[in-house]
Amino acid sequence: MEELGLLFHGFAVVISPFNMLLMVVGVVLGVLIGVLPGLGGANGIAILLPLTFSMPPTSAIIMLSCIYWGALFGGAMTSILFNIPGEPWSVATTFDGFPMAQKGNPGGALTTAFTSSFVGAIIAVILITFLSPIIAEFALRFGPPEFFSVYLLTFAAFVGMAKGAALKTIVSMMIGFTLAAVGMDTVTGQLRLTFDTTVLLKGFDFLIAVIGLFGIGEILLTMEEGLEFKGAKAKIDLKVVLHTWKQLPKYWATSLRGAAVGCFMGIVPGGATPASFMSYGVAKRFAKNPDGFGQGEMEGIVAPETAAHAAGTSALLPMLTLGVPGSPTAAVLLGGLLIWGLQPGPLLFQEQAEFVWGLIASMYLGNVVGLAIVLTCVPFFAGILRIPFSIIAPVIMVICAIGAYTVANSIFDIYMMMTFGVAGYLLRKLNYPLAPLVLAVVLGARAEDSFRQAMLFSSGDVSIFFSNYLVGGITGLSIILLLLPVLQGVLEKMRNKPATA
Amino acid sequence: MHASNDRPLLTTRAAELLVSAFLILLCGITAWDSWKLGAGWGEFGPESGSFPFWTSMLVVIPSAIIFLLALRDKAAATETFVTVEQFKLVLKVLIPSIIYAAAVGFVGIYVASTIFIAFFMMWIGKYNILKAGGVGVAVSVVFFLMFEKWFHVPLPKGPLEALLGLN
Repeated sequence: MEELGLLFHGFAVVISPFNMLLMVVGVVLGVLIGVLPGLGGANGIAILLPLTFSMPPTSAIIMLSCIYWGALFGGAMTSILFNIPGEPWSVATTFDGFPMAQKGNPGGALTTAFTSSFVGAIIAVILITFLSPIIAEFALRFGPPEFFSVYLLTFAAFVGMAKGAALKTIVSMMIGFTLAAVGMDTVTGQLRLTFDTTVLLKGFDFLIAVIGLFGIGEILLTMEEGLEFKGAKAKIDLKVVLHTWKQLPKYWATSLRGAAVGCFMGIVPGGATPASFMSYGVAKRFAKNPDGFGQGEMEGIVAPETAAHAAGTSALLPMLTLGVPGSPTAAVLLGGLLIWGLQPGPLLFQEQAEFVWGLIASMYLGNVVGLAIVLTCVPFFAGILRIPFSIIAPVIMVICAIGAYTVANSIFDIYMMMTFGVAGYLLRKLNYPLAPLVLAVVLGARAEDSFRQAMLFSSGDVSIFFSNYLVGGITGLSIILLLLPVLQGVLEKMRNKPATA
Repeated sequence: MHASNDRPLLTTRAAELLVSAFLILLCGITAWDSWKLGAGWGEFGPESGSFPFWTSMLVVIPSAIIFLLALRDKAAATETFVTVEQFKLVLKVLIPSIIYAAAVGFVGIYVASTIFIAFFMMWIGKYNILKAGGVGVAVSVVFFLMFEKWFHVPLPKGPLEALLGLN
């Protein structure tokens, strides 16, 4: 197994005092970035990229990737404590993380989230270590029909698990897709739905939608019960950690499924955000206690966190092997590589082995360091909760506004954020699920592009989505999931008829 | 938890009707705009407008169904969507935030944030102007140093910064 040998050589590169220091700095910065809504993983790394120009590339990528792991861990903190996701991929963590914290077990929720993240990351890194050549070849065979079928599957899983709210799920999703369509059409260059305004030229960034819908919207919802943030007070002491760790192995299957979903979504460009949602949907489908989901079910934290971190990590695999970033943050890292004069792709493994294996080794270490830091840092963040509402609420608003602005240097985005906030408030109160909306905004452009390209290949023949076992299987599964609510509705009506007869 | 004289402002049914009607209107417009762009088959495959046309219609049609279902929903007609007191509390946060967002364009984000934080502290937290102003200024200065000097990320500024030569 020559990979192991190369890996140990990589460890030797990583374990230097300078690199270890960078690792710690990176993780702490990353957690901070992950916690602040708006200053996201991709943004944060982009902002900090110039700081690394004076470092050797190996050290630089170690620090940047540790920022990434930190952000992956950190986004969970505010999701669980405040129900405000610090990152788009932490949105699904709020579903069960926040209720669990509200029920008096924030420490448990946080430990679950961090540990699941860690597990997801380690599994992904092991995958990267051994499967890089094989995965690269597999991903090469993915064409537009296959990509579209994967997106279709993700959305179908949402509708399929909606259980009665299928109509509103579809509405939410389609609003997201329509929003995603605003701006320039990448295929024809035409402007769509811009209504002759210049501000809408660049379309809606999902970051703005997320900050508005989940950040501002959540704040508004909380206000109904009185002007205070009922964030859970959190202390992680060793007892809670060990107690939670004892319970986690129960969910090994969920973990594995989450890691599988995550690795898949990271490699086939989907990213950590859709991975977390998909994993949540899948876990709910397979769960012994699906109705517990949304009420503080531990499994409901394990699933999205494992998947998100696995996806975030495995997104680096196609980035390194093919030069195709599997997530927005991976795209920024790719930019960094190019700036340092490194060509990602199969040749990277041959010509820059020290760099690649140093990076892979740092992924193991970085996550261990990350887990340790994050388990000990929580009291610091819990302290923030004790700041009076009248100070912290406007400060969070300011941070959100800054976050919204820095996405595209546009003041208009601040207005959009407020609009999304009001929309989020209304939609949540009326039980329109927001996750499909965000997912559609994130993936809309890519889903549409792959659909149109597939249609171009086949000259309008829809059967291209069944043209081989891979794409046919995925598409078939999607259709089954989409029809599930209809089938369930029919079955229920049939069951009710004898009772009323 | 709510005062006994907490009147409902809106029933759930009314809210459902309003929101679905709004969505029908909004996505009706986007559907029409997409249709104008062309929603059929062009030389590059599906025309630009096809995708947004269908996604818009898939908002309009289910929303119409939701609207009709809401009309017949007796349970929702008695359920409270939001009470007057709750709504007032929401507005207490929302209105200053909207003014803040609008102000950013005129006075820049640092000045707007200072005023916003100070106002909030005084109005809701009943702090005196010295403490409130102090915190407001401190937070803005910290953000200024963080973003302008450390991150080199320029944020919108206004006349005060121009006067001070901080642009």
